Amino acid sequence: MPAGQPLISARSLVKRFGELVAVDGIDVDVYPGEAFGFLGPNGAGKSSTMRMIGCVSTATAGTLRVLGMDPRTDGVAIRARLGVCPQQDSLDPELTVRENLTTYARYFGVPRRVARARADELLEFVQLAERADSKVDPLSGGMKRRLTIARALVNEPQIVLLDEPTTGLDPQARHLVWERLFRLKQQGVTLVLTTHYMDEAEQLCDRLVVMDNGRIVGEGSPRSLITEHVTREVVELRFGDEPLDAPASKLAGLGERVEVLPDRILVYASDGDAAAAAVHERQLTPSSVLVRRSTLEDVFLHLTGRTLVD
Amino acid sequence: MAHPTLAVLESDLVAYKRTWRGSALSSFILPALFMLGFGVGVGQFVDAGGRLGQVSYVDYIVPGMLASTAMQVAFGEATWPVMGRFIWIRTYHAMVAAPLRIIDIVTGDLLFVLLRVVVSTGVFLAVTAAFGAVHSVWSLATLPVAVLLGMATAAPVFAFAAVVETDSYFPLLMRFVVIPMSLFAGVFFPVESMPFGLQVLAYVSPLWHGVELCRAATLGTGQLTPLLGHAAYLALWGLVGFYLALRSFRRRLVV
Repeated sequence: MPAGQPLISARSLVKRFGELVAVDGIDVDVYPGEAFGFLGPNGAGKSSTMRMIGCVSTATAGTLRVLGMDPRTDGVAIRARLGVCPQQDSLDPELTVRENLTTYARYFGVPRRVARARADELLEFVQLAERADSKVDPLSGGMKRRLTIARALVNEPQIVLLDEPTTGLDPQARHLVWERLFRLKQQGVTLVLTTHYMDEAEQLCDRLVVMDNGRIVGEGSPRSLITEHVTREVVELRFGDEPLDAPASKLAGLGERVEVLPDRILVYASDGDAAAAAVHERQLTPSSVLVRRSTLEDVFLHLTGRTLVD
Repeated sequence: MAHPTLAVLESDLVAYKRTWRGSALSSFILPALFMLGFGVGVGQFVDAGGRLGQVSYVDYIVPGMLASTAMQVAFGEATWPVMGRFIWIRTYHAMVAAPLRIIDIVTGDLLFVLLRVVVSTGVFLAVTAAFGAVHSVWSLATLPVAVLLGMATAAPVFAFAAVVETDSYFPLLMRFVVIPMSLFAGVFFPVESMPFGLQVLAYVSPLWHGVELCRAATLGTGQLTPLLGHAAYLALWGLVGFYLALRSFRRRLVV
């Protein structure tokens, strides 16, 4: 467990919308300087949790402290020290790229001259300097997301909240965003992000919680979650269009665990190649065999019985 | 450090500095067309009929048109732009994530709308003065009246625009409220010449009270007590609207 007082601390935190329980009693601690992730499918309660931390949603029950303060009473003071990168773009298309940063900085009481200098620095940081005087609309999805990240930094925040920072971006744009976020983390900024991409969680997060149906079902570093819940390797078997019941019954007892999905069978084993060889010894002829390292996706499947992105 | 409300107004102005020429031009052309069409054209017939007594028709409708302009500018700025900041461009969601309170956001954007109202009615006054239809320095009192009427219009419409999920309500509001008000609230002819039922509707509408105040200013008529009553009625619309706007903004942004 990281040292120091947690910057964010939730105990039995609940958020209800009428009958719907979006967050169902979670305990979370986020420590200074770490990159902390909420991993889960859509509807798991990640965004609701983020909105409560961002003081734009009030908890139904439980306690929440952010930067040592209470979001119900100190929302303005907390938000002054947070940076927020929301899931949906909320840039102002009537303003230029630079003006989107300078006007937003003014909401934090940053003096005009400082705002301008900081905007130029941040545009350099997110590699948009040459687009400073462009309008927002012609920017690509990845550029808009980087501009939103820059906007979240205009007040030099202690904590940056990122709600699905790379959803909807192409692979190249995602890597650029990851790389910038990694630089931020190196500078000591605490990152809190939600994602339903296991590779994003593995790339960025020091620690994460796995959420499902408003509850936390797993917690730890990406590595420790994998060693704790699944084997080191997985064999993915596909059988073309064949029904999977027959091959699945022949695989019983192989490896540590066999998981049958609608389109493929997963065999969890510490030695994937040995398990793959054993498949052939049992007279099975899969249309494809893939031996790979276990990922958080497998952890999620194990904890919830469902795949992450469906 | 500037007040957060002013930071909100400032970002509206940064956007406006790029579009003000177009909006200033249109607020110049409209009154000029009305002066020609109604003042010169229709005015000749009305003045020949002698129904308005000593007052010429141009002098009669200028204050009414001015109030009507104030209402329409306020309506236009409080509908699509406000809804868009919730639904299309979502900038209100970005603003609540900053250390702004709901009251800062609502007040800042309302101040911008009122500024637009003052500029448009100011241009209107200048154009009609150029046509020789403004006779007294008291006509300048129409500007604070325009602000009051602008607030009485914009604040409740802000509250409405924060609740709706689609912009298809705005044309309905335009057709069934704004246009009837412009036609029947004493802008073009005295309310007293209508059947009693329509008169009551005119008296309820904020526009009629704004028209009465503007007309008192440009024609130098009217008595203090009823004028204060008109102003108080507009202020009531503004205050109730402001309260409702705060409530609907909060319900929309903090969930």
